[in-house]
Formats: sequence, C-alpha cells, structure tokens
Amino acid sequence: MIETASAIIGAVEAKEADSASVVGPDLAPISLRVNGVVRLVQIEPRMTLAEALRGPLGLTGTKIACNRGACSACTVWLDGATVCACMMLAIEVGTRSVTTIEGLATGDKLHPVQTAFIVHDALQCGFCTPGMVMSCAALLEHKSDPTADDVNAAISGHFCRCGTYPHVVSATLAAASARKA
Amino acid sequence: MAIDATTRTEKFPYGIASVGLGEVERQIPVEEPSPLPPNAVLTVIGKPVPRQNGRAKVTGATRFTVDIALPGMLHGRILRAPLPHAEVRTIDSTAAARHPGVRAIIPIATPGDPATAIVRYIGAPIVAVAAVSMAAAEEALHDIRVDYKPLPFVVDMDKAREPTSPAVYDSASAPKGHVSGFPAAAGLPLNGNVRGPATDVRGDPVQGFAQADAVVEGEFRTQVQTHCCLEPHAIVADWRADGLTVYMSTQFTAGVRHELAETFGLPLNSVRVIVDGMGGGFGSKSSLGTYGRVAVALSRQAHAPVRIILDRKEEQMDAGNRPGTWQRLRIGAKRDGALTAISLVSYGTAGVTVGAGIGNVAQAMYACANFQASQHDVFINAGPGCAMRAPGNTPGAWAVEQAIDELAERLSIDPLALRDRIDLSPVRREERRIGAERIGWQQRHAPGTDPGPIKRGLGVAQSLWGAHVQINCACEVRIMRDGSVEVLSGVQDIGTGIGTVMAQVAAEVLGLHIEKITVRIGDTEFPGGPPSYGSRTTASITPAVRTAASRVLQSLLREAALALNAAPDDLVARDGRILVRHDLSRSMSFAEAAGRLRTDRTSAVASRSDDYAGFRQRMEDAAIARQDLGGVQFAAVAVDTETGIIRVERVVAVQDCGRPMNPLLIESQVQGGVLMGTSYALFEERILDQHTGRMVNPNLEQYKLAGPRETPAIDVVVLENYQGQSATDAYGIAEPASIATAPAIANAVYNAIGVRLRSLPITPAAVLAALGKVPSGNSRT
Repeated sequence: MIETASAIIGAVEAKEADSASVVGPDLAPISLRVNGVVRLVQIEPRMTLAEALRGPLGLTGTKIACNRGACSACTVWLDGATVCACMMLAIEVGTRSVTTIEGLATGDKLHPVQTAFIVHDALQCGFCTPGMVMSCAALLEHKSDPTADDVNAAISGHFCRCGTYPHVVSATLAAASARKA
Repeated sequence: MAIDATTRTEKFPYGIASVGLGEVERQIPVEEPSPLPPNAVLTVIGKPVPRQNGRAKVTGATRFTVDIALPGMLHGRILRAPLPHAEVRTIDSTAAARHPGVRAIIPIATPGDPATAIVRYIGAPIVAVAAVSMAAAEEALHDIRVDYKPLPFVVDMDKAREPTSPAVYDSASAPKGHVSGFPAAAGLPLNGNVRGPATDVRGDPVQGFAQADAVVEGEFRTQVQTHCCLEPHAIVADWRADGLTVYMSTQFTAGVRHELAETFGLPLNSVRVIVDGMGGGFGSKSSLGTYGRVAVALSRQAHAPVRIILDRKEEQMDAGNRPGTWQRLRIGAKRDGALTAISLVSYGTAGVTVGAGIGNVAQAMYACANFQASQHDVFINAGPGCAMRAPGNTPGAWAVEQAIDELAERLSIDPLALRDRIDLSPVRREERRIGAERIGWQQRHAPGTDPGPIKRGLGVAQSLWGAHVQINCACEVRIMRDGSVEVLSGVQDIGTGIGTVMAQVAAEVLGLHIEKITVRIGDTEFPGGPPSYGSRTTASITPAVRTAASRVLQSLLREAALALNAAPDDLVARDGRILVRHDLSRSMSFAEAAGRLRTDRTSAVASRSDDYAGFRQRMEDAAIARQDLGGVQFAAVAVDTETGIIRVERVVAVQDCGRPMNPLLIESQVQGGVLMGTSYALFEERILDQHTGRMVNPNLEQYKLAGPRETPAIDVVVLENYQGQSATDAYGIAEPASIATAPAIANAVYNAIGVRLRSLPITPAAVLAALGKVPSGNSRT
C-alpha cells in the first residue's frame, strides 16, 4: 500500500498532491506517460490501467477479454516490460512509461513485428492481436535472435480462439530476421 | 435446366487439380459471367494475398463493437439468476431506480407471467439497467431485490433422463422447436426431460446386422464446450426518432436487422446494423439475443445510446455452448469391409433448449444401405446451447470415426484401405492419399507396440460438412471516375478475411491491383450479405462480387470502346489497362476509361444465383450444394503412460473447399480449426457443480484451452476441387477443418497405447484410468 500511495503522489499534479492525502472515490486527476506523451486524466482510483487507456485516454487498441489476467489480450509495456493492463490500477503506474499498441509504430513505419504479422497472417479476428504483438515485440527488444520456443514462451498466457499461434511464431521469427538484415 | 433464351451453355473446369482436370458443360443464366479458369492461370484469385485490414488490426486501429463509444452513451448491465431453477416471486427495483446514475430499468422476468417468471439456469437474465457508468450500473444491480422460490433442479444429463428427475419443463413450457444452430424438428414428444426421438431409417437395419460378419459397438461421450470468443458479446444500441442504429458484434448483420425490425415493430428501412471489427463468434453471435433486445429497449427508454458488453462469466454461462452428447453407435460389416448396417442412438443436452443432435456423419459419410438413428434432446438446468463450429457433425464424427477405426482393426484392414472401400467420395480418397504420404502412414505400428513409457501413435479421421450457400445475398461494385473501385456488402468479417477475398475477386475481374479496391462491409446500408456461419460466406458472396464486377466492367468498356474505336466485346481489362483483345497496341488505362464516365461513378449490384447444376436442398434464403465439403486429418501423438499427458506432435490436415480463393487465409482458418479440435479433444469442458448447478470454471483459466505450448505442428494441404457450380466455384472451409481433429487424435492415442478412449476430453486422469494405473473416478473411459 505504501508503494501505491507514493505512486499516486508521484503521478498527481504537484498542486493537487499537497492536499490529496486521500484520493477517491470520486474522480481524481492523475498524469500518465503514454506512448511518449504525458496526459492528465480524471479517473476514479478504482479504474484499472486497461479501463483508463480505453476510456478517458481513448486508446481502444488495448483489449479487455477476460479482465482477470488470464488471457493477456490487454498486454501493454510498462517501462518496456509486458504487463496485463487489466491487473493493475491506473494510479499504480506512477511515473513509469506506458506503451500501447498505438505507440508501437514509428509514425507510419510499422514495427517489424507488426509488418510480419500482416505478411504471415498472424491474425484472424484480430482481438487478441494487439496484446500478442506487444509481447512478441517485447521479446525482440530483449532477445534479437529468438527461437520458436522463445516465441512460444513469450506468448504463453495469451489466448487466441482463432488459433493464430503457428503464424504468430513464424511471423515473430521472420521479424527477428528482418531486423538483423 | 432447359435450354432457352435465358441460359447459355458454357464449359467449366471440373475435377481435382492434383488428380487431373477435365471439363463439365453447364447451362448457366445468360447474365452470369463466363467460366472462371483454374487458379493456375489467374492473377489474384487463389494467391496468398495478405488481408487488407491487417494493418488496422496490428496497430489497434480496428474498431470492434466494444470500442464504440457514442456521445452520451449509457452502460447496460444485466442482473442474472443465482439459482438453477426457481420462480421469481417479486422484483423490487425501487432502490436501483433512485440511484443517481441510473437512467433506465427493464424487467426481463415478470413475476406471475408463466413465460418469464421461471428461471431455469444460473445466469438467466432477470432485470437490466442502464446507467451513466459501468460502476453505477453494477451498483444499481446490487440495489435490486429479487425474491426467488427455489425449485428442484438437475444439471447432469444422465440423471435428467431418469423418470424421477426434477422436470426442467412441462409439456406446455418446453421449447417447441429450434431455429438457431442444428435443426431440431418441431412436434416431438416430451417424456420427463427427454424430448424425442427424432428418427431416421433407411433400408432394413435388422437384416443388415444379421448379414454382418463383424459388428463394432461403442458408447461415446462428448462434453459441453463453450465458444470463448475473445471479443465478448457486445452491442451499442442507439434508438432515435428517425430510426434505430445498432453496432453489434454479430455474425449476421442482415439477420439481426430483420430480428430488430420484427421485435420492435420497425420497418426495415429504419433499422441499421453495423459491425466493423468482429472478435470471433464460432456460432454464438448468430442472432440478436436477449442482451441485444434489452440494449435496444434500454436505449428507447433512456433516450440515449446504450452499450452492453457481457463479462467473461456471462459469456461462459449464458452466451451459448456446444451441447454435450452420449451416443451408442453400432456398425456391421462384411469381411471385406462393406458396411451392412449402422445404428445410432443419441442423447444430447443443450441445457434449457433443443438442438443437441449429432449431425449427419453416421448417415452420410460412408456407403451403407441400412441405417437407423434415434436422437433425443435432454433438458437440464443449464445455459442454452447454440451452434458452435460444425455443430452436430463434430460430436457425430467423434463416434463414427473411432468406430470405423475399430472396425478396420477387427477386420484386419488398414483404416485407410477400409475407407477406400466404403467412402465413395473421390475428394476424400485423394485427401487420404496426400495425407498418408505427408504423415508417413507407412511407419504406423500395431496398436500399443511402441516400447518405453512414452508411446507414439498415428491416427486418421475424416470430416463431412454440407456445402452451404446463402441465396439471399448481394453485392455492389462501383467504379469511381478516378478509376478507384468500391465493393460493398452487408457481409461481416468474423476474422476469416472475407473482405480481402472479395477484393481479390474484383481485382481479378477488373484487371486491377488489389490495392485499387476498397471493400466496405459489415453495414446493412449496403446490399444484404450472407451470415458468417455454416461455412457459407465465401460460397455465397464471391459469385455475387464477380457477377457485379463483370457487369460494372461492361459499363466501363462501353465508354472505352468509343475512345478505342472498338466493340466493347473486343476489349479486355488487364494490368490496370483496357486493351483491344486482338491489337494490344490500342489501349488506355483503367483510370482514363473511368474518367470518361458520364457520372461520378457507375455501379452494378448482383446477387448469388443458384448453383448451376442445382442444389441438393433448397430452404427459404439458403441452400445446400450437391457436393459435400470435408477433409481428412492425420494426427501424430506421444502419450506419456506415467503421467497420462498426451502431446499432439503433428497434425496433417488435407481439406477441400471447392476453389481455394486465398491459400494464406485458408491456412490460418484450417490451423484454427485443428487447434479448436485439439483443444476439444484434450482440454475443454464446462463443469457444473451437481449440488448447486453453478459452473465452477466460468473463466479462461480454469476452463482449459489449448495454448501455444499445446499447439501441434500443423501441415495444411488444400485441394483445388472444381465443380462448375458458380461464378467462382468457391465454398467454405472453417467448419470441416475442425470436425476430424478430435477423433484423429483419439485414434492416434489408441494406436499409441492400445486402449480406446471414447469420452471427451481425454484428460491425463482418463488416460491413466484407461491404462489401469488409477481407479476410474467417473464414467470417463
């Protein structure tokens, strides 16, 4: 709880923080660094990061499918590490940097994993795809030369009912090769 | 079809490409385009074109229904029954109505009303509220007081069959027939909780069994499987004085529009249904549903848009499921393998509804003159079943394909050789040949002879599925003055990439690069599209696209003909140009020709014509083609006889879908079908607590699903099977790709350990029990 409290104070605008020994249950202002931009939003403290992204921040690319950390559809990066956005409160984020699927491409230039997903048809209905892409892209950030087993490990916990796993693996391996080339 | 002025004779490619193509003559309507040559000589059709909406999906830009937020939108939630069988005596919503965030309350159950006051499963909808936030709606639900009178209940199908079991319905209240999913005939008798039998007899089964040299008989069980679409069921309803607009995650925009018009007494032209991204359906999003009706009613009452998104628990308990079944199957055969009789008795449960039939695999897969089936629905106090990927035939094949495997062993005939003897389909014959080669069938050993604790085995099974077509299905193709093209239809992309396939067809006809084609679908403002179920979407819409594109091209060619001083019939569209067929130096670009249009755009609408050789069966808006769809799948498994864990190492899936339109997208769908079948075989099961009627695993972690670690290597081979039946000759693949997987795995497990497992799912505990290593805890052997 102490960590959470300090995270709130770290995130809330300074002038609010002075008087905000208790936050909520009503709307409270917090600032979030999302996709490189600091955004001030009014949220209820009970709101999860996934809800905050999809609601007040308007970033609906992050999906909620199980809302309890079982399917990884809501995967985003927190300082580069993958997390389930449905499993943490927005006020817990603090000063850490959030990257969502909307922030993965550089301008119009897609991340190599995104390109490979299209070429290899590593998506069908596309609902699990943003989370899947975030985990595969994170893998390449940490391991430039992954094996198929590494990819399977990275997407374990992701659930895809359409059954895209084989193409997700081939796409991610191809993206790794493309990056090195 | 008689030869007259409305038809003409054409020769179509015919047969299986890998066997050798011939020709077939057809009388086709004069307005239909000329025969489409085989894929080998086409430019865009039949090529692995990446899906057009891929970029939107990998960037998070796709708008799914759950992503739609309209100004002033309210959030709807549904209060659900906590008891499996009860009478709703009173509902007190006064406290909820006083909640400052609540804008509308709609009762679903009405005390005293025999039609709605009895709840028959946990999760049945009782009352709905719309509020300014999800949290407020949730709080309001807690403020609603419902007084229930508990009634006796039963959630186990075997217990429900007993005469002393609590009755889910009486004869007055029981469902009379079935509209969604596999048909269950009206007018069948109800005895306790058992409805039926629906019977089917051919030839003389008694005589057939008397003539048999060998008879195999087995009891088979399949579990209840839930759809687990990643996008929950969702709707945004916007009721306004000038009409109703509904955004819905649906498999059938046109069907939902009709349901809305009928339910709310609106003319069709006041109802619009829209779906952009559609996060999976698998049969469970085929109709409007209670939540859909409720959202519209809430919007009407609140004078504001209302969004309802089911949560995962609601999804698992009240968004449909694949019925569980019990079957006793007997097959008699002569020494040479010829089948003499098939007899089938089945009991299945779709919870509180009907439709647990097990399809037509036993009836139609193999040649057998004598057949009898007797099928029953059993009511239990559980959420309603509905169609799920290859309904009926999936549990049906589970039994038939294992029984055939057993029969082959009894007759000392190779399972493939036996099928060559009794399966008349030339398509599956070729599929068996290709698959056997790929999997290395020659290396298959005798059952249970692999030494060591980890035993490997190979198995095979086949699928059968009707080639469905939606006749009420149309498409518009527009050429704009700058040479860009739009293709429009109400058809929705459930995840198959149908829009991309439609773009391929238009590009092929118009001689354009696919990027020149913009496809707009998923909106009832466009010509009515087919549903995305029954593996009928491609078969239905692609001929309409080709016909519409061919017609609109004629308009363009008339303009070009004037400029090129040629007859329109002498012109061809190719590589972005309009050329004079016999003098290719005379040409103009497609865009130049379009620039000569008298108006900003020219357009043609076409609908799906009948299959050229007619249909096997014609229903109101739909039909079943003369040929079947199917496939043959081979599984290689490793069974750890110490832990009971089955690893599916490889599946070879050889499938057919008429003309394959896009091998990349087809491969994805077949992999998905195999994976769903693998998951069905080994992991998935809705578990109900017998003492409370509650689903104990209404989530995505205790409801076990195959993940990346459990995914086998999947080889996909797709035949090109030309039948000369439509402007594209394309049919579907999604469902046939899922039917054969579970029995192929079961047959492979038998080959590995020499013990047959007839109940789904084949858990490690079931394997160990079958091997006699642990006591059998339940009926699952």
